[in-house]
Amino acid sequence: MENTLYTITVFSENTVGLLGQITIIFTRRGLNIETLSVSPSAIKGIHKFTITLYTSEDMVVKVVQQIDKRVDILKAYYNTDEGLVFQEIALYKVPTDKLIALGSIETLIRHHHIHILEMNENFVVFEKTGHYDETQQLFDELSNSVGVLQFIRSGRVAITRSKVERLSDMLESIQEKFERSK
Amino acid sequence: METKTKITGAEAFIRSLLKEGVDTIFGYPGGAIMPVFDALYDFDKHVNHILTRHEQGATHAAQGYARVSGKVGVCLVTSGPAATNAITGIGDALMDSTPMVVITGQVGATLLGTDAFQEIDVVGITQPITKWAYQIRKAEDIAWAVARAFYIARSGRPGPVVLDFTKNAQFQEVEFDYKPCTFIRSYIPIPDVQPSQIEAAAALINQAKRPFALVGQGVVLSNAEKELKEFLEKANIPAGWTLLGGSAMPTDFPLNKGFLGMHGNVGPNMKTNECDVLIAIGMRFDDRVTGDLKTYAKQAKVVHLDIDISEINKNVKADAPVLGSAKETLPAITKLLNVADHSEWISTFKEYEDLEYEKVVLREVYPTTGEITMGEVIHRVSEATHNKAILVTDVGQNQMMAARYFKFSETRSIVTSGGLGTMGFGIPAAMGAKMGAPERTVCMFCGDGGFQMTIQELGTIMQEQIGVKMIILNNHFLGMVRQWQEMFFEERYSFTKMQNPDFIAIAKAYKIDGTEVHVREELDAAIADMLKDDKPYLLVVNVEMKGMVYPMIPTGASVSNILLGD
Repeated sequence: MENTLYTITVFSENTVGLLGQITIIFTRRGLNIETLSVSPSAIKGIHKFTITLYTSEDMVVKVVQQIDKRVDILKAYYNTDEGLVFQEIALYKVPTDKLIALGSIETLIRHHHIHILEMNENFVVFEKTGHYDETQQLFDELSNSVGVLQFIRSGRVAITRSKVERLSDMLESIQEKFERSK
Repeated sequence: METKTKITGAEAFIRSLLKEGVDTIFGYPGGAIMPVFDALYDFDKHVNHILTRHEQGATHAAQGYARVSGKVGVCLVTSGPAATNAITGIGDALMDSTPMVVITGQVGATLLGTDAFQEIDVVGITQPITKWAYQIRKAEDIAWAVARAFYIARSGRPGPVVLDFTKNAQFQEVEFDYKPCTFIRSYIPIPDVQPSQIEAAAALINQAKRPFALVGQGVVLSNAEKELKEFLEKANIPAGWTLLGGSAMPTDFPLNKGFLGMHGNVGPNMKTNECDVLIAIGMRFDDRVTGDLKTYAKQAKVVHLDIDISEINKNVKADAPVLGSAKETLPAITKLLNVADHSEWISTFKEYEDLEYEKVVLREVYPTTGEITMGEVIHRVSEATHNKAILVTDVGQNQMMAARYFKFSETRSIVTSGGLGTMGFGIPAAMGAKMGAPERTVCMFCGDGGFQMTIQELGTIMQEQIGVKMIILNNHFLGMVRQWQEMFFEERYSFTKMQNPDFIAIAKAYKIDGTEVHVREELDAAIADMLKDDKPYLLVVNVEMKGMVYPMIPTGASVSNILLGD
């Protein structure tokens, strides 16, 4: 069976229990969520979920339709990586002494475009943004050289490349249609 | 400045129900819903509350009421165990697209999440099995939540909604201001009709040599029976029906070619794999209809009309999907159809009808010797009602036999648990059906197993004098499971044999009249006795112990692989 990484984007009303309503749909079909990120969207009162998972196109279509069907969901759609500009962020906590023992870290910083967020006598916190394989590569490098004390990676955030209908336009047209029907 | 008088949340709640036109509630009181029941006490002129004997009974009764009347069924129960008892009916209503609003009491808001007495996470439990589940925690939310609940339950593809109502909100005082809900921006109940889809569907149907239609409950839910008839007649298209689509067409409608699926008629199942254009109308290609999808209608172009986009391509790929209400899409397609004559194709059903009659029907419906069969009981009851009664069934052999041999002349005449297949559905659903259509005869068929799953509702029938006609097809077995054991488990009858009580004596204890029939010669007189008035009645018919429902398409087999039991 085809196994591609799909990104599902969901716009919803900000109501209690919505995440549960969405995850139930994955649970029923035995699908694992790879990453999940939730935040307020550009429109007040509307939240945006970005969910990634490995599955087939046939399955992702069904899942998206079932998510979209929920009353409090405004819109759900899916993309593959080709259709998106996307990013993740990762934080790495590494021991200061071992880092200093490396000698120069300029190459490392330049090569990976690392930001340093915190530094003290015990540890240094690096921040790197990039795709999964990029943040993973830095993790592997640090693990092999100085050891990583703590590591965290965010879910994906994504913007579509296609000229899709904007949510605000969609809301307007729904509202207009309703007014006309009155 | 005018100040409105305040009323309690409980009263605001009842007034909200009245605004939604509610006149019948099936319920059961308890601690966390007592303020609402107290308010209800003052509204007995406006609302008929039926006290069931179990919350599951309340939900199935509300389903039966909704299915025959087209109105929203309403249940009112307390928190905790009452809510969990209601789960089966809520799940059943979701699977069968039945409009229903279930109100559960809940502990006070300050106790939420503390494992308080009779507290359970109702919204969490019911979210996967409802269209919408919402907790009312303050009185100001009541009118809004009730309006929204009824709008969601009845609009688009109907379904159940749960309102979990905390006790503090029932006591709180509030100014009552009710506005019906007609719009939710995140919810599009009926998709717009797309002319391109209509044209594509009509083009496929117009070029068809062997068109075949599958009629589902969507036709009934959208009140499109007339539109269906015009559609089928104009292009001369034969049609089969799903279990819940039964009675969308009268049994004697010439283009009605019978029941689809596992125990359906041979013709419509075989023709599914012979037609060139398959037109599915308000049905969802359930596995009991399709059998093995890999061999299902592969030769045909598929036109799929549905109100719910998530049904399109879910099980069967549609070459021409048509989104919208059948009430709008059917006449739009009909307009573009050429008048056609497919009589040659239609006549090919006859061969299968004859085969089925000879191999199955003759033995099942018209036996002259041996023990009474299930099919003949159903046939004779149907005839005795002039095929005008509402059929309610339980689940299992009784259900399949009833769907096969009961005849329909009016729409909304079959009430059965199709998707969830809930044993114990029969008695309470029949009560609700009779309340929803008091002028009609309601005949409920069930087995000895299912009858005992909700037997307590005989108490409700007694108290309310609900004139349901209950027929137990008693074979002293869990018949359908026994049939599978015989066919697929080497006759190892593992826990399917039942020792039964004296059902007539039980009915008598509930002051319900009844007769028990052992031999064929007693059957007609007993049926006549049952139908002589509009009072509740129990007819127990002892049928052959090892009766089989044929034809049968084994699970996972192709629809053209039909066993006739010969």
